[in-house]
Amino acid sequence: MRLTRLQKALWVAAGLAIVAFGVLVTIMNRAPEPAAQASFRPTFSLPDAEGRLRTAAEFEGKHLLVFFGFTNCPDVCPTTLSEVGQVMDDLGDEAEEVQPLFISIDPERDRELGLAEYTNAFHPAILGLAGDQAQTRAAADSFHIYYEREDTADASGEYSMSHSPALYLVGPEGDWLRQFTYGTPASDIVSDLQSRL
Amino acid sequence: MNRLLAATLLSLVSSPVLACDAVQLGTIEVEQAWSRASIGTSRPGVVYLTIRNAGTEDDALVSIDTPISGMPMLHETVVTDGIASMPHAMEVPVPADATVALEPGGYHGMLMDLTQVLKEGESFPVTLTFRNAGEVTVPVSVQGVGATDAGCSENNG
Repeated sequence: MRLTRLQKALWVAAGLAIVAFGVLVTIMNRAPEPAAQASFRPTFSLPDAEGRLRTAAEFEGKHLLVFFGFTNCPDVCPTTLSEVGQVMDDLGDEAEEVQPLFISIDPERDRELGLAEYTNAFHPAILGLAGDQAQTRAAADSFHIYYEREDTADASGEYSMSHSPALYLVGPEGDWLRQFTYGTPASDIVSDLQSRL
Repeated sequence: MNRLLAATLLSLVSSPVLACDAVQLGTIEVEQAWSRASIGTSRPGVVYLTIRNAGTEDDALVSIDTPISGMPMLHETVVTDGIASMPHAMEVPVPADATVALEPGGYHGMLMDLTQVLKEGESFPVTLTFRNAGEVTVPVSVQGVGATDAGCSENNG
């Protein structure tokens, strides 16, 4: 079939319009979605309380329920870890398919204060990890989370940590599934997990 | 008299139910004061409680004090843009005809430099200073390490 110059031009224009429309739809669909919602695979390589290096790869096949916190934290961290303990109890037999992790964002002080004794107080299944500064920053970056040391204004040398207080769920293939914002009731987390296990 | 005092102190130590009862100071009522068991003394403890101001004038909780902490302070957990921080609170406003809770994820008393281990089932006194109403001492019941409320029955809540 022979096309006239006009027909060719029209086909090109139609093609361009389709491409432009596709690009526009893609941009519009992507725009409202925060970067953290996109699928990614968080990784970490951090020592546990006994100093053994633990990595994301060894937990393949399990769901990971991950919290970044510090043991010197009087309010948010105990509240969230007690929720995690409740979740593990309420899951019953299915708890074996879930590994809760407490990743220290204040690793030096937390190791001094006692990491395992702290996590055990909330639930024996919670695995505490505390690396060096570089390992900790790398883990936080891979989860797309924030933390920072906050020194007090006085000269007491006391400091606190500001941090993302949510719980993060990683799937059995290592892919990031979702977050549970701070204050999500244990029962909501349990039913979400039960729908996946 | 001393024996009576001793008995009163002892009952404060052994009866967590007391923390569920309201303590009155003028038009201010404080109730459900609780804390969590500590793991040793090296980490800060916490105090939560509920304040009701039945009066017609605004007041504010300006400080807390307790013999079990070398440095008790008022703090507030603030979550901004998904980041939790815990700034020192100069005071906790207690407006007229309002109830204010120091509770997980909000205002709380942070007890630095614990002088003793906080054991579940025990209690300790905390003295609250209000700008207008003055001082009142309330018993704080120590709940489990993973507690999320005062453990009072519904009728008291």
